[in-house]
Amino acid sequence: MTEQTPQLELEGITKAYPGVIANNNVSMKIMPGEIHALLGENGAGKSTLVKFIYGVQKADSGILRWEGQEMMVANPNAARKLGIGMVFQHFSLFDAMTVEENIAIGISPELAAGDLSQRIRDVSQQYGLPLDPSRYVHTLSVGERQRIEVVRCLLQDPKLLIMDEPTSVLTPQEVDELFKTLRRLSEEGVSILYISHKLQEIKDLCHFATIMRMGEVVDDCIPAEESPRSMAEMMMGANLVSPERQGKAEPGAPHLVVQDLSLASSHQHGVDLKNVSLEVRTGEILGIAGIAGNGQMELMEVLSGEMLIEDDEAVAIGNAPVGKSGPGVRRGAGMGFVPEERLGHGAVPEMSLWENAFLSGSKSMNLMSKGFININGSVEYAQNVVSEFNVKTPGVEHAANSLSGGNLQKFIFGREILQNPGVIVALQPTWGVDAGSAAFIRQSLLDLAAKGAAVLVISQDLEELFEVSDRMSVICEGELSAPRPAEDCTVEEIGLLMAGIAHEQETAHA
Amino acid sequence: MLRLELRGEMSRSMIYWSPIFAVILTFIAGIIMFTILGVDPLKAIVTFFIEPLNSVDGIAELFVKATPLVLIAVGLSFGFQANVWNIGAEGQLTIGALAGGGVALLFFNVDSPLLMPGMMIAGVLGGMAWAAIPAFLKTKYGTNEILTSLMLTYVGLLVLSYLIHGPWKDPEGQNFPESRLFHDAAIVPIILEETRLHFGWILTLFGVAVAWVVMTRHMIGFQIRVIGMAPMAASFAGFKEKHIIWLTLMISGGAAGLAGMIEVSGPIGQIVPVISPGYGFTAIIVAFLGRLHPVGCLFAGLLMALTYLGGDNAQIEMNLPNAVTGVFQGMLLFFLLASDVLVRYRIRFGKATALVAPAAATPPMAIDEEGA
Repeated sequence: MTEQTPQLELEGITKAYPGVIANNNVSMKIMPGEIHALLGENGAGKSTLVKFIYGVQKADSGILRWEGQEMMVANPNAARKLGIGMVFQHFSLFDAMTVEENIAIGISPELAAGDLSQRIRDVSQQYGLPLDPSRYVHTLSVGERQRIEVVRCLLQDPKLLIMDEPTSVLTPQEVDELFKTLRRLSEEGVSILYISHKLQEIKDLCHFATIMRMGEVVDDCIPAEESPRSMAEMMMGANLVSPERQGKAEPGAPHLVVQDLSLASSHQHGVDLKNVSLEVRTGEILGIAGIAGNGQMELMEVLSGEMLIEDDEAVAIGNAPVGKSGPGVRRGAGMGFVPEERLGHGAVPEMSLWENAFLSGSKSMNLMSKGFININGSVEYAQNVVSEFNVKTPGVEHAANSLSGGNLQKFIFGREILQNPGVIVALQPTWGVDAGSAAFIRQSLLDLAAKGAAVLVISQDLEELFEVSDRMSVICEGELSAPRPAEDCTVEEIGLLMAGIAHEQETAHA
Repeated sequence: MLRLELRGEMSRSMIYWSPIFAVILTFIAGIIMFTILGVDPLKAIVTFFIEPLNSVDGIAELFVKATPLVLIAVGLSFGFQANVWNIGAEGQLTIGALAGGGVALLFFNVDSPLLMPGMMIAGVLGGMAWAAIPAFLKTKYGTNEILTSLMLTYVGLLVLSYLIHGPWKDPEGQNFPESRLFHDAAIVPIILEETRLHFGWILTLFGVAVAWVVMTRHMIGFQIRVIGMAPMAASFAGFKEKHIIWLTLMISGGAAGLAGMIEVSGPIGQIVPVISPGYGFTAIIVAFLGRLHPVGCLFAGLLMALTYLGGDNAQIEMNLPNAVTGVFQGMLLFFLLASDVLVRYRIRFGKATALVAPAAATPPMAIDEEGA
């Protein structure tokens, strides 16, 4: 038997942060040309491991072998010299500069010298990554911006390309394009370390998967021989219960109504809302798909009352116009909200769970008398949330930031749902949440709708939207497509709408 | 190279220990400083920190000095918790003193039990009015309250100067720039015979208790804390930031105004060119030394008051310059901030950069291929 030298081999990597072991004795091998998935829930230690490989962070102990040779990668520069390239989840690009200028900044001066723009063109053509070096970054879509990062890596002739959650910002079509590129690189012998929690993608793309849980490698598999479900179970170490609808109730009257809403964004680089109209009926879930940064945040602010609008009638709950009323009034009218950002928006990080329960439940749960906080009542309410929504915490006096993402999100959902809202609006409800908690949250949304609430879910995660929505619509550049029954929608159609391609025909309907 | 590295979870008890460390370090630095100055350090420390307290009168003086410091610091800590930075308490104190003192002068010789409450209300309103200007500018035009409140302090001092050099000058005062002496009904009552300890101290203790309850148990305190820690979460909950800006500036301005009124109608007894030796600024240190907690402010205020008394004592007894007081206050704040940094971060020594280097004991590649 002849064994190839692995491109990269890790042995016994251990890294502890104060109070938590992020990586415990992690070992893995990546062969040349292999697309290797690193799979795990949030907080499983994937990022720590990758930061070590890319030289951002040192490990406490363990050995890294590069092409069989023991190495110390001191910093990202050293990593790049070895031939390790990385595409981060968050891009580091300057909006006011061209593609070429951005690439030149990120590579060594020797590499940037000469006819860089020609080489960018060559690489982008060779790998099917259309990119115009002279375009300014602020004119590019998110997918195109990612291509800059990929091309920047490819110019350096990497032998190992690390990709951190690369598809979270892409449309399904863009994902296909990216996969073509990655497969071609793999055929040329480039190893790819692919970090994701999207199981279908891993099954389609990757040759091998290493599964991490709580800082340790718990399993590995060949994704093509597994199902997304079996991989999810390996990742969680438990059986996954997929959400179920219990007997579909007929949707009732429109309960949350937005009528012809236009609004200039208050954020820098924000997206203006253009003639948005929607209706969520009692007992149904309306899902709004879209790539991040297409007006979701602005829509959420208008719905929650954090952004007030001139036209009081443009947002209504039941028949009551609330466009000019703040969050307090809207809560009073039976609305509940789950914002995208858990820490700092949905919850105060340094405050205890009971204080965070009081934060949104002070009025509707009657936790205040003459302005004084009913501490016992708040603690009891928080304890109810913890027990009914399976929140893992040693106690409600612990701070919100001591909870994992999934647990905190369950707590926030529980807090809103126990207030018995007639309408609930959730933005990215399971973003960065572990698979088990995500399933639990989706189930509770379905249950809430079954009890007659009007539920609006705004999400980037198509899988999630298809799982929970009764009707779906797509937001693109601040415009909302006409909603359609979810069972009539295909991923392809939604993807095209997300990319804004079919939107001319759609606005005619809206 | 020296680097600061974030510690993981912050120790809760250390947050309360760090002011105590700061005090100890200040003592040590003080001893070193006195030694270098050629002064007997032990004697200096005793003169500075112990002697002022070895008599009833001394302790009464301590409370008298602590009254404005604690009162203002408690007021300021409301704003500081909500990230509203009122730096102009000195000005609000001055205007409060003028408003309260103005009532005393207006009703000169009116002997009514209502006069004192009236003066207090005027003092509070005066301080509030002065704080209302930064509040208005911030909520309406987004002006930075640090600048406006600070600059208004100097305006306030000029108003004081104008009044006592002009309209409010004592007609029988031989042209000294001072108001007339307040009559008895306009003097804050003394609560301990033979000393200067006055009713203002009781008010201060009461203020500390009320502030504690409001901060920890009341919706107002809750909103202030949420806004300070997570502004987005505050808007999510529907708390109105502008209301909180107004509220906290009114609380801190009102407290400073009351403190100013108590100063002129208590220990001073008339309006003079210098009402406060910088109480409004020192109270900022007091507020932080006291961890923005009302009870903490009480202890920190007493400590700061002691530095004033000690400074006076050291001047008289040992011929040390008055600047020693400022040095001690500055050292205290410096060590507090330093301790805070060390509670949050640890110091790491070592190089941050090294290029790719094969690890020390690297076996040659050939040996590695065992499976071949």
